[in-house]
Amino acid sequence: MSILVNKETRVVVQGITGKEGSFHARQCLEYGTKVVAGVTPGKGGTRWEEKVPIFDTVADAVKETGADASLIFVPPAFAADAVLESADAGVKVIVCITEGIPARDEARMKAAIRNSGARLIGPNCPGVITPGECKMGIMPGYIHKPGRVGVISRSGTLTYEAVWQLTETGLGESTCVGIGGDPVPGTSHVEALQLFNEDPATEGVVLIGEIGGTSEEEAAAYIQAHMKKPVVAFIAGQTAPPGRRMGHAGAIIAGGKGTAAEKMKALAEAGAVVVKSPTEIGEAMVRALSGKR
Amino acid sequence: MKVHEYQAKEILGRYGVAVPRGKVALSAEQAYAAAKEIGGTVVVKAQIHAGGRGKGTFTDGFKGGVKLAQTADEAAEFAKKMLGNVLVTHQTGPSGKEVQKVYVTEASDIAKEYYLGIVLDRARQMNVIMSSTEGGVEIEKVAAETPEKILKTWIDPLVGIQPFHARRIAFGLGFKGEAFKECVKLVTALYRAHEETDATLTEINPLILTKDGHVLALDAKMNFDDNALFRHPDIVEMRDLSEEEPLEIEASKYDLNYIRLDGNIGCMVNGAGLAMATMDVIKLEGGEPANFLDVGGGATTERVKNAFKILLSDKNVKAVLINIFGGIVRCDVIAEGVIAAAKEIGVSLPVVVRLQGTNVDKGKAMLAASGLKFAVADNLKQAAQMAVASVK
Repeated sequence: MSILVNKETRVVVQGITGKEGSFHARQCLEYGTKVVAGVTPGKGGTRWEEKVPIFDTVADAVKETGADASLIFVPPAFAADAVLESADAGVKVIVCITEGIPARDEARMKAAIRNSGARLIGPNCPGVITPGECKMGIMPGYIHKPGRVGVISRSGTLTYEAVWQLTETGLGESTCVGIGGDPVPGTSHVEALQLFNEDPATEGVVLIGEIGGTSEEEAAAYIQAHMKKPVVAFIAGQTAPPGRRMGHAGAIIAGGKGTAAEKMKALAEAGAVVVKSPTEIGEAMVRALSGKR
Repeated sequence: MKVHEYQAKEILGRYGVAVPRGKVALSAEQAYAAAKEIGGTVVVKAQIHAGGRGKGTFTDGFKGGVKLAQTADEAAEFAKKMLGNVLVTHQTGPSGKEVQKVYVTEASDIAKEYYLGIVLDRARQMNVIMSSTEGGVEIEKVAAETPEKILKTWIDPLVGIQPFHARRIAFGLGFKGEAFKECVKLVTALYRAHEETDATLTEINPLILTKDGHVLALDAKMNFDDNALFRHPDIVEMRDLSEEEPLEIEASKYDLNYIRLDGNIGCMVNGAGLAMATMDVIKLEGGEPANFLDVGGGATTERVKNAFKILLSDKNVKAVLINIFGGIVRCDVIAEGVIAAAKEIGVSLPVVVRLQGTNVDKGKAMLAASGLKFAVADNLKQAAQMAVASVK
């Protein structure tokens, strides 16, 4: 078992003929992901690299290939439209990699898909991977190993850092979800925690947060009330100055709120194992899963 | 992106928000002409991207970045004292900001002050309008001490502001009669301005009721979503580069995400989260990071070179820590970039490199064989320890 994606997942790539879309679609295919369709308006009826059929619309791709998940590499100005098109076509898991989407567009698209039954991952994220089964994103596949730990993160390369440690310690990962670094994420820490809590294959969860917003505090409340599995947490930005956007659109301490210290305190009080250094994530999870603190 | 008060008021004025008449001035002569044109008592306001101007002090001892002038001569006098002078407020830090423009506005007879602000409520994923009868003071202080005095009104992003929202706020602030109607109009216009310009913060502090019964935005602050600037060329034109750190401007030319800090260990990292985490580890090991720098996913030779140049132009930097998790980008390609950049620029400081990921052994071997004095670390913790030791 796993969450969100598995070996049955049939992926349509929106923006497959673009530079990034093309590169990563190839990487996903090589990993073993079932990339069944691509969408580029105006190029319907052709084939991408003589392998994958291209459609003009997501609805056509779903109808013809049974695609049930979409991976979006569309430029920021058009990305919200791409998400809405996927949701409208009945796609259930939408992974939006695009960085730089205006917050207003994100808030509107999130509200608009509320009742569609679609789950949006991202935007501005590395994607989702269930090791050995399905890679839907831009993460390097080989650092992952099928295993016992779920990973939730707002960051890209920092997630790879944590994943690498889990792989090195032999624990491996059930599924890794990059929820993204934007102020209006499609899926929150709490929602991803819920999915892992209910997944029998996941024995523990690594939660990676960063400064800005209150997603980690909400996660802490959920952990305290419902979490049945150990959680190891790291919050990036303990040394970040207030009022400055640290790369990610959502990584900003505003009005004195959203500091790493507040988040670490909330998570620790909720019973999570909070590590101060990202280099301690793997070992902390080994200890947590063996019942030690 | 931030703009000055006079620019924010210009934008708000376009949407029908009532603001006092005013003119921006770059010299004492212009301030004199503006005061003459406006007539009567005017206010001369220093224009910098920081709050607390009224209570601020200039580095030459002159007090107050907001001054009431009875005559045009007096307005010119204040402008002369402020322009080219450095104003220090609780938001500028001790080094202050040089004033290059003043805003001359008509003076208002204030009967009462209020607060209005719009931000994104990230937990609810929609904008919230905050209104309070406690105007003219810091809203963070009100929120901490008397949160019951802040009325919050959430706006659905799909529907936008409705008349009842504006009425709720105007009633909440205690307005009556004509002033009530003016407040409803102002709140509605303010929200539309915020929404349509992709603002991330719109703040009116204070909003005032004048003695003759009108509602006005006496001050205005607007910040905009950098991700949305592509659809607002008029706002991009308002960018004041003199308000920004020169090295950060330089970095933005190369699409590098750089933020200058006070420490002495320069960092170069791929990915924002890992860059923050690297700073954290340096601090944990007893050092101080000199900057945040994300070279992005595709760390090419060119990007690494530009990143090096920017790091080294900060004279506080005594050592450099490069932390790259090569995922899609191979470590040997990164090593090649680092070597080429270091050779071309002639780096003389200690450089600690930590590589992880695809082709890591090849990358490390290249660094070792380069003839340059790189210290190669096996993991992030060790890299931070080595960098900290090299500056001690």
